[in-house]
Amino acid sequence: MANMLANIFGSSPVIPLEKHIDIAYRCAKQLRGFFAASIGGDWDTAITVRNEIERLEHEADDLKKEIRLHLPKSLFMPVPREDLLELLVVQDKIANRTKDVSGIVLGRKMQIPAAIAEQFLDFVDRNVDAAKQARKSVRELDELFTSGFRGAEVDLVSALIEELDQIETDTDDKQALLRAALFDIEASLNPVDAVFMYQVIELTGEIADMAERVGRRLELLLSH
Amino acid sequence: MEAEIVYIALAALFGIFMAWGIGANDVANAMATSVGSRALTIKQAILVAAVFEFLGAVLAGGEVTSTIRKGIVDAELLTGSPELLVYGMLASLLAAATWLLVASRMGWPVSTTHSIVGAIVGFAAVGIGVDAVQWGKVGTIVMSWVVSPVTAGFIAFLIYLSVQRLILQQDDPLTRAKRYVPVYIFLAAFTITLVTILKGLTHVGLNLGLRDSYILAVGIALGIALVGAVAIRRIQPDRKAEKSQHFYTVERVFGVLMIVTACGMAFAHGSNDVANAIGPLAAVIGIAQTGTIAATSALPTWVLVLGGGGIVIGLATYGRHVIATVGEKITQLTPSRGFAAELAAATTIVIASGTGIPISTTHTLVGAVLGVGMARGIEAIDLRVVGRILVSWVVTIPAGAFLSIVFFFIFKNVLP
Repeated sequence: MANMLANIFGSSPVIPLEKHIDIAYRCAKQLRGFFAASIGGDWDTAITVRNEIERLEHEADDLKKEIRLHLPKSLFMPVPREDLLELLVVQDKIANRTKDVSGIVLGRKMQIPAAIAEQFLDFVDRNVDAAKQARKSVRELDELFTSGFRGAEVDLVSALIEELDQIETDTDDKQALLRAALFDIEASLNPVDAVFMYQVIELTGEIADMAERVGRRLELLLSH
Repeated sequence: MEAEIVYIALAALFGIFMAWGIGANDVANAMATSVGSRALTIKQAILVAAVFEFLGAVLAGGEVTSTIRKGIVDAELLTGSPELLVYGMLASLLAAATWLLVASRMGWPVSTTHSIVGAIVGFAAVGIGVDAVQWGKVGTIVMSWVVSPVTAGFIAFLIYLSVQRLILQQDDPLTRAKRYVPVYIFLAAFTITLVTILKGLTHVGLNLGLRDSYILAVGIALGIALVGAVAIRRIQPDRKAEKSQHFYTVERVFGVLMIVTACGMAFAHGSNDVANAIGPLAAVIGIAQTGTIAATSALPTWVLVLGGGGIVIGLATYGRHVIATVGEKITQLTPSRGFAAELAAATTIVIASGTGIPISTTHTLVGAVLGVGMARGIEAIDLRVVGRILVSWVVTIPAGAFLSIVFFFIFKNVLP
């Protein structure tokens, strides 16, 4: 039966968006176990973790398509539909980068040089932290909608985003130091390995970059 | 004598069927808001609806009933042949009921009010003559179909804006909600009680002075607000379901308010929509009993009771399923938003009822929800519904009119 009252409501993207960032974060989080295993030479575990990463990345992708499908142009929302779609895209990239970097490492059975292994794991940790903080920020989305994007809740989310920015800056610093450390030992590495090592660092660092962009997108929503 | 009994029996039969249909479909819209926001369980909603629909119909349904009964057709023209009006009212009831049945089978959104008004205008204009329609009054009614959703939307917009400013955007929404929600409860109870006393109660023989009316309304509203305040005081934050802003618990506080507005909504709905079923019935009874049209006999209370009872039966037999279905789809309307929509719609509808104007309760509620949306209160509104309302207008009125014209000529030739 067509009920007019029920038909006013489009499906809300808010909870699905929160669910999506949760999947993206859980995907990124796998990198800790993945690199720990690969550094330890335990490729069986690395493959298992990589499968999990792929599964989560697919899940995020499917949810992304689903959310897009349910956001027709006829919807009237408190914030522009385009901004929400952009937020979704950058959220999704957290999972994409995770998949890319783990794919390269596994495909080439790359060995992170022992001299920088600890520093590298620390760098990965900090990137995962950034993804976690992005999740924490996006999880406030429903509360933001409740408060109509004004008042105390906005200040709360601004603070969360500020913290996210600090974490991202931190990863940038760590990335610079890591590259310097790699430079010091690169002569001792197979040149192709060295090139790919730089690329792995670059891609890993992009996880925090994407997390930061999630913060930027969220901030845009706050200014409406 | 024989014929009169047939008329009354037929009219009562169609009237009850119509009331059943209203209870089965329309009431759901009034109550689903409260169920969707989990302020009430389905069982509680049905209980509230049953009691307050009935009260609304009996206490405040008189004015609109009188409009349907003798406000649309100019009875002066029919003094010589009162049976034409009987056929016409029977035809209108049957036409509106049939059309509603067909439309809900096909999944088309229709309005009961629009069907019955279209039907009466149809038989009068074609069956009797264009002059038989009181076009001025019909014009007012049609205008009110535009004005009522817009008014409700505007009121809802203002109410929700105040909720955001006073409560949701503050540092301590929970403390604020506990402070302000009893005030909203008072306002809701006061508005609906006052309009009912001032505009409706005369039909049941109660006629208070202006001053007494205000005192009574304030008294009742204070009592309800007090009970609400006690209930709110007992709400404690649920740590597990909570984030820093306590919105989860804030919504539970608004849930108390929503019980009050749900009662108001059911009351308002009963007061306006019962007429769709019993207005024509009342007309038939009036003519059948006295044999004339001009008789200014008062509306018998048992007719209102019959209409209210029919609505309750429709609600209990079929309406509960509709409430559940609609309730599931409108979960975005949390208590803080749902109450604003309900209060705005109920106020608008009760005022219309008091003035004797039949409006669509569903359209009014849709307008109110859009108003909350304009105040950035709703996550996603599908604007296509506005187009659908216009379509249902364009389709429902001619369809009701056409069917009633057909039935009118059938009755005219078949009935004694």
